[in-house]
Amino acid sequence: MDQFTLNLIFVGASFALYIGIAIWARAGSTSEFYAAGRGVHPVTNGMATAADWMSAASFISMAGLIAFVGYDNSTFLMGWTGGYVLLALLLAPYLRKFGKFTVSEFIGDRFYSQTARLVAVLCLIVASLTYVIGQMTGVGVAFGRFLEVNNTVGLLIGACVVFAYAVFGGMKGVTYTQVAQYVVLILAYTIPAIFISLQLTGNPIPALGLFGEHQASGEPLLAKLDQIVTDLGFKEYTMHHADTVNMVLFTLSLMIGTAGLPHVIMRFFTVPKVSDARWSAGWALVFIALLYLTAPAVGAMARLNITELMWPNGTDAAAVSVETIETDEKYDWMQTWAKTGLLGWEDRNGDGMIQYYNDASPEMQERAAEEGWEGNELTNFNRDILVLANPEIANLPGWVIGLVAAGGLAAALSTAAGLLLAISSAVSHDLIKGAINPRISERGELMSARIAMALAIIVATYLGLNPPGFAAQTVALAFGLAAASIFPALMMGIFSTRINNTGAVAGMLAGLLTTLIYIFLHKGWFFIPGTNSFDDSDPLFFTIKSTSFGAIGAAINFATAYIVAGMTKAPPQEIRDLVESVRIPRGAGAAAADH
Amino acid sequence: MSAKDSAMAYWKANLRIIWISLVIWALVSFGFGILLRPLLAGIPVGGSDLGFWFAQQGSILVFLGLIFFYAWRMNRLDREHGVDEE
Repeated sequence: MDQFTLNLIFVGASFALYIGIAIWARAGSTSEFYAAGRGVHPVTNGMATAADWMSAASFISMAGLIAFVGYDNSTFLMGWTGGYVLLALLLAPYLRKFGKFTVSEFIGDRFYSQTARLVAVLCLIVASLTYVIGQMTGVGVAFGRFLEVNNTVGLLIGACVVFAYAVFGGMKGVTYTQVAQYVVLILAYTIPAIFISLQLTGNPIPALGLFGEHQASGEPLLAKLDQIVTDLGFKEYTMHHADTVNMVLFTLSLMIGTAGLPHVIMRFFTVPKVSDARWSAGWALVFIALLYLTAPAVGAMARLNITELMWPNGTDAAAVSVETIETDEKYDWMQTWAKTGLLGWEDRNGDGMIQYYNDASPEMQERAAEEGWEGNELTNFNRDILVLANPEIANLPGWVIGLVAAGGLAAALSTAAGLLLAISSAVSHDLIKGAINPRISERGELMSARIAMALAIIVATYLGLNPPGFAAQTVALAFGLAAASIFPALMMGIFSTRINNTGAVAGMLAGLLTTLIYIFLHKGWFFIPGTNSFDDSDPLFFTIKSTSFGAIGAAINFATAYIVAGMTKAPPQEIRDLVESVRIPRGAGAAAADH
Repeated sequence: MSAKDSAMAYWKANLRIIWISLVIWALVSFGFGILLRPLLAGIPVGGSDLGFWFAQQGSILVFLGLIFFYAWRMNRLDREHGVDEE
């Protein structure tokens, strides 16, 4: 059986499973549509949150970004897990106690203001849409590879699939579908990693193999990697090269953003009790950590494998020949990935070999002059293909490759579905029912939720065709926006009785707008390429890149809210009572759909 | 002690636990993983150093420990102050 058929079987079977579950659990009433009737166990909820959370950015993109940069991109690992600590300690139990369905409802009630609620809806839609664009990038890569079509066609097919089950499933469908997706994606991520770790280090646990011994050379794996990449003029894998300020701010933005993203916070509305909300965040991180502890091993080992494939006789001997790439089956992956347009090589100096090295390094330029090289000949290696190509690079059996294709799609589709649900509930529940037409029927509310989903997916697909970065980088921008807008409002709503309606609205708007404008100035207005006035290599404000700006935006949000609230009237007594009741678990009943 | 004082004492105890947890949270990630890494450079861990391990794996394990500790500690605190869910 050829690889294409195998991929189709794996992807097809996993889809049949998700759609089957979605139909079986089809949503009935609005209460079920949003929060699955609150009957979800913390472990189940944790697993579904993990699937919801780990998107194309974590699964498809992150290990590739770590592989080609090394230590400096540990920021993704710490940032995307550290946010759960903030979520568990600062938000989850209180929001569950509050007992409403959406984030913007909490903000509207706590700040006794319809304006605050609508501003929260706006923040939520901006952050979620940016996030979906990143997912669409990943969907395009995954579908492109396994259907052997180019990126654009892959993206359009993916968009139709996301639409199909997000629209007809609702949260209950999504909760159980996501448990199935988690299982598929974690198997797909860890099985190839285990094979590769065994091949390279003899250790079946990739996370330990990373710090183990490279069997072929007898040296520690990381020392071997450092040596082989520096031989080719690249920076040492394990050392600190990036700007420290950006590393800290970027990590902080991802952490705060994690705790401010509505589709994750919504998960904690679905557990039965306040104490369960605390445990749920822990269980979610357990399931997430299984992937995140494996990811750095995947990155390092893939970098080693790729480098050795390009220099099969060692870095000081001859490079791989064009003939070998075209005929040896170990290099088949390069041929198949070239079809997606995401991998490319070119024999620039016509010596029949492909030299892969850092042509910006002075020492390598010397060596190139001696040996007659004319620049790096592995001309294109899109970071987002690394995880999906990894089993092929390591020459693993066909079924593992099929499984990884299914896993990558599970990751991208599950998050896209969760985000679309958050967007649609914001529009139908908060915007239409809450502000425009409070008398709308249940049927009308469901219908408007579905129309909102369809519109969101069309916009995201359109922008996903020209994304502002690799999947994980686009997603990082979404986190920056959530960090700057939603998280500070939620936190001040719980931990301060002094912040009033005006303060909260001013804070959210200040945080959102400064961050959004800063991003647009560096990435192009509305992410349209070529419309940017600055570049992240030479940013506007000190050395702070647009991806790291979320933490600054959050600080602006907090400061603005405190200053404005200090100058205006304190919140009324009933709001202080509300805050005090949110702080204690006793009396948390089932949530009400209306208020 | 009145219900109001008790709620106040509960909240203060909660805030103290949160502060301690957040200090550890920042220490392992921003501290050991990034800013204090040079101080840990002398401690080798499998081909690199302890700071590298904290940045790539250690901080995640500590985060997990913190969340479960907080859940366990708070559920106990709820009962001590009689504010748990019946």
